[in-house]
Amino acid sequence: MNIHEYQAKELLKNYGVPVPDGRVAHNVDNAVAVAEGLGGDRWIVKAQIHAGGRGKGGGVKLASSLDDVRSLTDQMIGSQLVTPQTGKDGRLVQRVLIEQACDIQQEYYLGMVIDRATQRITVIASASGGMEIEEVARTSPEKVIREAVDPAVGLMGFQCRKIAAKIGLKGKQIGEAAKLMQALYRAFREKDALLAEINPLAIVNGGSLLAVDAKMNFDGNALYRRPQITELRDFDEEDPKEVEATGHGLNYIALDGNVGCIVNGAGLAMATMDAISFHGGKPANFLDVGGGASPEKVGNAFRIVLQDPNVKIILVNIFAGINRCDWIAEGLVQAMRELEINVPIVVRLAGTNVELGGPILAESGFPFIMADNLDDAATRVMETLEAQS
Amino acid sequence: MSVFVHKESRVIIQGFTGQHATFHAEEAMQNGTTVVGGVTPGKGGQTHLDLPVFDTVDQAVAETGADVSGIFVPPPFAADAIMEALEAGIGVIVVIADGIPVQDMVRVKRYAAGRNAVIIGPNTPGIITPGGCKVGIMPSHIYTPGRIGVVSRSGTLNYEAVQQMSALGMGQSTSVGIGGDPVNGTDFVTVLQAFEDDPETDAVIMIGEIGGQQEVDAARWAKENMSKPVVGFVAGVSAPPGRRMGHAGAIISGESDTATAKMDRMEDLGVHVVRNPALIGETANRVFS
Repeated sequence: MNIHEYQAKELLKNYGVPVPDGRVAHNVDNAVAVAEGLGGDRWIVKAQIHAGGRGKGGGVKLASSLDDVRSLTDQMIGSQLVTPQTGKDGRLVQRVLIEQACDIQQEYYLGMVIDRATQRITVIASASGGMEIEEVARTSPEKVIREAVDPAVGLMGFQCRKIAAKIGLKGKQIGEAAKLMQALYRAFREKDALLAEINPLAIVNGGSLLAVDAKMNFDGNALYRRPQITELRDFDEEDPKEVEATGHGLNYIALDGNVGCIVNGAGLAMATMDAISFHGGKPANFLDVGGGASPEKVGNAFRIVLQDPNVKIILVNIFAGINRCDWIAEGLVQAMRELEINVPIVVRLAGTNVELGGPILAESGFPFIMADNLDDAATRVMETLEAQS
Repeated sequence: MSVFVHKESRVIIQGFTGQHATFHAEEAMQNGTTVVGGVTPGKGGQTHLDLPVFDTVDQAVAETGADVSGIFVPPPFAADAIMEALEAGIGVIVVIADGIPVQDMVRVKRYAAGRNAVIIGPNTPGIITPGGCKVGIMPSHIYTPGRIGVVSRSGTLNYEAVQQMSALGMGQSTSVGIGGDPVNGTDFVTVLQAFEDDPETDAVIMIGEIGGQQEVDAARWAKENMSKPVVGFVAGVSAPPGRRMGHAGAIISGESDTATAKMDRMEDLGVHVVRNPALIGETANRVFS
């Protein structure tokens, strides 16, 4: 689960990470009041959306007067901000973060992830701040410092000092950086984060360290014990179909093709999309109905897939282990009765109670196109699509 | 022999009296698995499915001589249950739960270091040696005894591959689901090693998915250490970057994470790669005969 920059900074500030003075604003008057309250004569206006690359899209601007704050906020709020990570439609900006501007003398990168290779929380740091770490890793991998944390003892001071020295920090900055890393680690641990990024971590006038930008991502599986994080979720940043799907216990991701997919299991759902692609088709979505798919769940899956106007055909591919084919079949028939379904439906059933599922579909009188196996299913989808056009 | 679990395995179930645990323990016993009891804290001394229930894994091991545990407890309690099984000296621990916090698994892995145990999962359908032992939630009837090892991250895609194999008369020595989480107990290399050492396995089918590098690491290991042929597939060619495709671990976070990049590397390293998931069985049949 992602949160906004201003939320991440507030959270990290409470753990002792130094962040610029600033506050979020939801409208122009609010923004000017915040700037006035902060004082000074230069402010940064930052559009708050979940996607990165905001600077490149014009979502981070320097204001040299309160009038600037007013006009920049006016431009940003209500606009669709397009960045390299948003796709061509961009994201609606609903609030801005107003911060006091600071003079940056040097920029670094500091991040924490759960590294798959070491299977541990790992600190990543680099002297090349402000750049994407993936880019640094590709062009000059020797500049990326990694330090894995032993979960039995946590992030140790010596590790922090080692990282600080390796990225070129000197004197009192080493101790300051170590303190900052410990604070970041505590936040990461105590809030069940999957990713924390301070990019850039800057040395500002006077030589002290400041987290100029902050990004955090949290483990959805741990939210049950992190109510404070759950409250930070911004549904406006998510696809409403995906939010609705989650509410029904379904896993849905919208794609840009025309073959709707309803499958059980994440791996089989991906493989079904791959089989369609292999036959020259384009999947409209990823949808995993999960284990224990009741007829209601199947009906909801249809409702969500059909909200996508591009869908010209639906492929239902179920390999029941913990599921039961008869329940799936009942769900299919029920969906056909209750929903206005004007697209052909190809069905492949296998596994538990398959001998009960087939007859339910056959006796329903609805024109399901039955497939024997995955290859047959993908072939029938393509044949049917071709016959339509 | 088979790998990790076999006819002689003595299985306990943690979270024994729950609905899924009960259903699958029963199904496993009907298909030849020796379940010797189970653990549900607070229900020690009762019997369930005519088997003894214990309060702790420690007691269950002492009383039954169990060496394998299937963990069916919900995600928030799973890490504790795994560590309990490790501490009690269980050798093979199968974790079904989907949704264990990643940082819990980081601690479990640390706790498991230096102990001689295999953790299968989490977020796995489990492990089955057809006709000998099943610990998990997969439908036993689709598996047939044979000489091909199967290892996969996904559950249902494992079923898909197995059905394609069975349709062509190919049986399995053991089928292992290593699970869909980013931090898991056992990786592909460990399972390939076990299959390589198993005299009853002739060849291996390895099914991966987007995210991470473990399929490529496994292919590299196989090139250097394996005499048996490996057929491989990686799901998610059509998956968009940056999106979590159902499994917590199935996310493309860089160019080398994509299904195509991984299959290309695996092919370079000598794995017989299948590009169409509908042809896993057919390809295996051609390569292995």
